[in-house]
Amino acid sequence: MTTQLLLIQGLNGLQLGILLFLIAAGLTLVFGVMDFINLAHGVQYMIGAYLAAWIAAATGSFWVALVLALPLALALGLLLEFLVFRHLYDRDHLQQVLATFGVILVVNQGVKWLFGAAPLQVPTPELLTGGIRLMEGLLYPTYRIAIIAGGLAVAGLLWWLVERTKVGMLVRAGATNAPMVAALGVDIRRLFMIVFGFGAMLAGFAGVLAAPILSVEPGMGDNLLILAFVVIVIGGIGSVRGAFLAALLVGLVETLGRSLMPDLMRLFLSASDARQVGAALASMLVYIAMAAILAFRPAGLFPVRTS
Amino acid sequence: MTGFWTVGGAPRLGRRALMGAAAGALALPGVARAQAAPVKVGVVAVLTGPQAALGTHLRDGFLLGMRHLENRLGGRAAEAIIIDDELRPDAAVTKVRAAIERDRVDFVVGVVFSNILQAIIRPVTESQTFLISTNAGPSPIAGRGCSPFFFAASYVNDQNHAVMGAAANDGVEHGGQVRPVRRAMLITPNYQAGRDAMAGFKSQFRGEVVDEIYVPLTITDFSAELAQIAARRPDAIYTFMPGGLGVQFVRQFRQAGINIPVLSAFTVDEAVLPAQGEAALGLFTGTSWTPTLPNEQNARFVNDFLGQYNYVPASYAAHAYDCAMLLDSAVRRVGGNLADKGGLRAAIRAADFRSVRQNFRFGSNHFPVQDFWLARVGRRADGRFQTEHVRKVFDTIVDPFAAECRMPAA
Repeated sequence: MTTQLLLIQGLNGLQLGILLFLIAAGLTLVFGVMDFINLAHGVQYMIGAYLAAWIAAATGSFWVALVLALPLALALGLLLEFLVFRHLYDRDHLQQVLATFGVILVVNQGVKWLFGAAPLQVPTPELLTGGIRLMEGLLYPTYRIAIIAGGLAVAGLLWWLVERTKVGMLVRAGATNAPMVAALGVDIRRLFMIVFGFGAMLAGFAGVLAAPILSVEPGMGDNLLILAFVVIVIGGIGSVRGAFLAALLVGLVETLGRSLMPDLMRLFLSASDARQVGAALASMLVYIAMAAILAFRPAGLFPVRTS
Repeated sequence: MTGFWTVGGAPRLGRRALMGAAAGALALPGVARAQAAPVKVGVVAVLTGPQAALGTHLRDGFLLGMRHLENRLGGRAAEAIIIDDELRPDAAVTKVRAAIERDRVDFVVGVVFSNILQAIIRPVTESQTFLISTNAGPSPIAGRGCSPFFFAASYVNDQNHAVMGAAANDGVEHGGQVRPVRRAMLITPNYQAGRDAMAGFKSQFRGEVVDEIYVPLTITDFSAELAQIAARRPDAIYTFMPGGLGVQFVRQFRQAGINIPVLSAFTVDEAVLPAQGEAALGLFTGTSWTPTLPNEQNARFVNDFLGQYNYVPASYAAHAYDCAMLLDSAVRRVGGNLADKGGLRAAIRAADFRSVRQNFRFGSNHFPVQDFWLARVGRRADGRFQTEHVRKVFDTIVDPFAAECRMPAA
């Protein structure tokens, strides 16, 4: 493995990390502030991707799709909150898990009913087609660089919102001690709704960004959701900063593990065994990393101090 | 609001009256059955979940066959009972058992995925009902596990991969030149079918396998693997990426601008081509059928399928269509008498129908002896995408597992 290839893989890891962060940010806030386990968060990502596919097909423009999908994702998120999630905040975690799992099934089946089971495609926007030649015979798509840039910009915006605004202060206070914030006269339900809607919109944004490179299909959010949970557990539940660093870490471990593990195993095993064992180990690596981090820091890298 | 709730008061109608009506409704089909019982066919396909597109092709292909036959099989009225296997072996077994015991189906056909076929093959064949696969063809059933009550109207899974191994030796066109592939790199998901696919390719490929990459089944982003492929610079890659995996792989491969031929099986077909779009143009695949095969039966099938369902059929649909024609020929041959299982078996075995694949007959293991093609993704005159045959790689070939089959006497 050359340094050049290692750098490219680092870039790939960074881009996966950014997508993960956009999903995990909402998840960690909802879990941290509202103590609400929302398995259906991956559904918001799928909804974003489907909205992008639908609007892009209707208008022929990715940019129109991007602009319209965000408020629509927000509206659909709030609708779900109003219809289902609102009634679950006071229930225990098991009931939340069951109910939100039910939402996954219903929405997955719903998009299949509306759009069909076959995967849809969203063309890469004209402006961002093509790529940069990083290595002989390999282009790094401009669009992926745009994802990294867009994701970093949103991360910055989120940092500013959470650390520098009044609503952000209430959110941080809510993550620490929600009953006390309510007792001080803040409408905690409204705060919850804002947090929830914003989280849904971020996940929808991730879905829109991913649509041109991944296939848009029912259930596309389910796999990423598992990684997003790993991210928020490593980062510390309720911490946006933790989610950001953990997402980059998970993205890098996942990507570098996949490309390095088979080569690493070749030092000990025969070539064909190394490929299979390496591939199996690579898919476990993220979880091994999570276990290792939790062994030393049980509350994650950046735990939110709770009373 | 009150209007809504008074619906709950329906029992006032009188429970006895309701039950009487229900019994009457139940009795009617019974009377009809005694007069002229239709031939019943259970069609098993995955119709929910991420892989439902494949099952939809299968179902629509069979139903188009029934439509062409005017809902009659061999002169008898026929009825297709659609069964969604949900891609869950337990659900498939329960539903298929119900179809056999309650609906008394005469045939069970269909099945996209091998694990579903493996789950239902015993319950179906042990009840002495004929099971005809229109897609899944696991090699054990073609070999030692062959059954007198099982037929495959499709292929053995490994064959499409072996075709591409052979095609790579002879060479594929790239940039205006046909060159044999000497150094190939293989990439596939890390599960049984993926490993079998690679073994199938290597069984025929004589060049050097530079490397094999096994990715998790849940992968969505191939950027790390694409960088590896570019770094190793093989002459071509061979891949098996079914369903949504193929959509992502093909599009990301194009975006990465890697300029080598892509050989594949079950990765670019009409079920996923609408999503792959232009990215799939020029990719190679190994197959038993394409919409372009020049025969009258095939032209009618493709044309009417497009007219009826408004999408280009894939091989799942073509094989299911063939299966309807096969059933028609078999029922006709036995004069509509389905009770004589030996006679019916011989009638199916005769395969006395015109296949959309031109050459089609059954081998001793009840699997097809047919041609296999190198095909390439092209654009139709109407702008849609399809696979187009390039050249015949195997001519009326018997699958390599047939020799292991000792067909038991029923």
